[in-house]
Amino acid sequence: MNLFIDGIAWILDPANWSGTGSIPQRLWEHIWISAVVLLLASAIALPTGALVGHTGKGREFSVMVSGGLRALPTLGVLTLFGLWLGIGLGAPIIALVILAIPPLLAGAYAGFESVDRRTIDAARAMGMRELQLVGRVEVPLGLPIIVGGIRSATLQIIATATLAAYIADDGLGRFIFAGLKTRNYDEMLGGSILVILLALIVDGIFAITQRLVVPAGVRATRTRELRSRPARPRAVVGQPITEGNRE
Amino acid sequence: MNWLWSNLDLVGELMLTHLALSVPAIILSFVISVPIGWLAHRYRWSRGVLLGLCALLYAIPSLALFIALPPITGLPLRSPLNLVIALTLYGIAVIVRTSADAFDAVERDIRQSATAVGYSAVGRFWGVELPLAGPVLLSGLRVVIVSTVSLATVGAVIGVPSLGTLFTNGFQRNIQAEIITGIVATMVLALVLDWLCVMAGRLLMPWSRPNTATARAVSTTLVKQADAA
Repeated sequence: MNLFIDGIAWILDPANWSGTGSIPQRLWEHIWISAVVLLLASAIALPTGALVGHTGKGREFSVMVSGGLRALPTLGVLTLFGLWLGIGLGAPIIALVILAIPPLLAGAYAGFESVDRRTIDAARAMGMRELQLVGRVEVPLGLPIIVGGIRSATLQIIATATLAAYIADDGLGRFIFAGLKTRNYDEMLGGSILVILLALIVDGIFAITQRLVVPAGVRATRTRELRSRPARPRAVVGQPITEGNRE
Repeated sequence: MNWLWSNLDLVGELMLTHLALSVPAIILSFVISVPIGWLAHRYRWSRGVLLGLCALLYAIPSLALFIALPPITGLPLRSPLNLVIALTLYGIAVIVRTSADAFDAVERDIRQSATAVGYSAVGRFWGVELPLAGPVLLSGLRVVIVSTVSLATVGAVIGVPSLGTLFTNGFQRNIQAEIITGIVATMVLALVLDWLCVMAGRLLMPWSRPNTATARAVSTTLVKQADAA
């Protein structure tokens, strides 16, 4: 535990709070890179996932893409782009975007698919156009799952951005690699603690957001047992037969 | 390709090291998280606490965990055991949620009829709940196989050898072929372990044909199943 105290002492040391390579600068770099990557990856993956989820076409393909990309070892992708593009921000940003796409894509189409078919049929029967259907039915109802996808993508980005310091001189991961090189455990541990705190805080913010985006109408009926129901039930004709004493 | 042929020994050796890191972590996390998942499923309060802890654990970046663990465990930073523990923790964080869902998916009617025909609580767990939760548990295990095999490579940057060594070495010596070999080898390893896991599942659970529920759970993980419904 003494090591942890040393690590925290390293974080609190005023010498590490000013100048080049200071904690605020690295923290800012880390947040900035993560935000840029998240925006780029979202711009690609969310519309694609929405299209797949809305039309139901290309589902197999996007499952394959998101599954296959997920098996990619992050370090391998980072180092490969590092070799191709050289030192600089380009390599880590491209590699991070590629790695952030699977959770975003999966979250977007799972969110759209989670909407009950009957709700969509009802909206269409009321005369909603396709875009209205997407904007006013599917997105609001699927939003918690979509935000869930963004949440895991963001965590993945923050984690991988730490690793990206291996190929570029940026972010909180710098402290870890600098500490490894000079055998300075305080610096390594201090950097790790900062990364962990950042990840936990961001995760907490997303957890709250995920709760807030649940539409009021859905929240009201949420307490009911939702277990073991198929995610996308077929339209029911007539009265379903219930046997026994189910609640 | 030339690089691969002249370094076949190295790749084979690293593959074995990689297996020695990831397989124990996969098995340990599965064995540990099934009871935890059951506990999370059993009571409302334990569900919130346990799943919340798992979400927290999962949020911790891997590299940071690798470095933060040794002061807690007392192991040296470059010890493979340190990496196995970290990978096990991540595995647990992933499967506990799935296994809680797996036990949730066993219908209440079935559990009640098992009690009615005389199963004890323990007997019901082994004889009814676990087999019925099996297919979903398997889908959770498959996610963990892929993520663990891929995550184990990260250990290379702190000096624990694995297939990830091909990435760090290839990067430092500017050999593209070495990195590409590493990526392919890692993915092949994950696919083979995943396939073995599916086969083991078929043998152990002959009653479970891949149905839509498990297919959906699996679909986000790796590849489409060849014989999916």
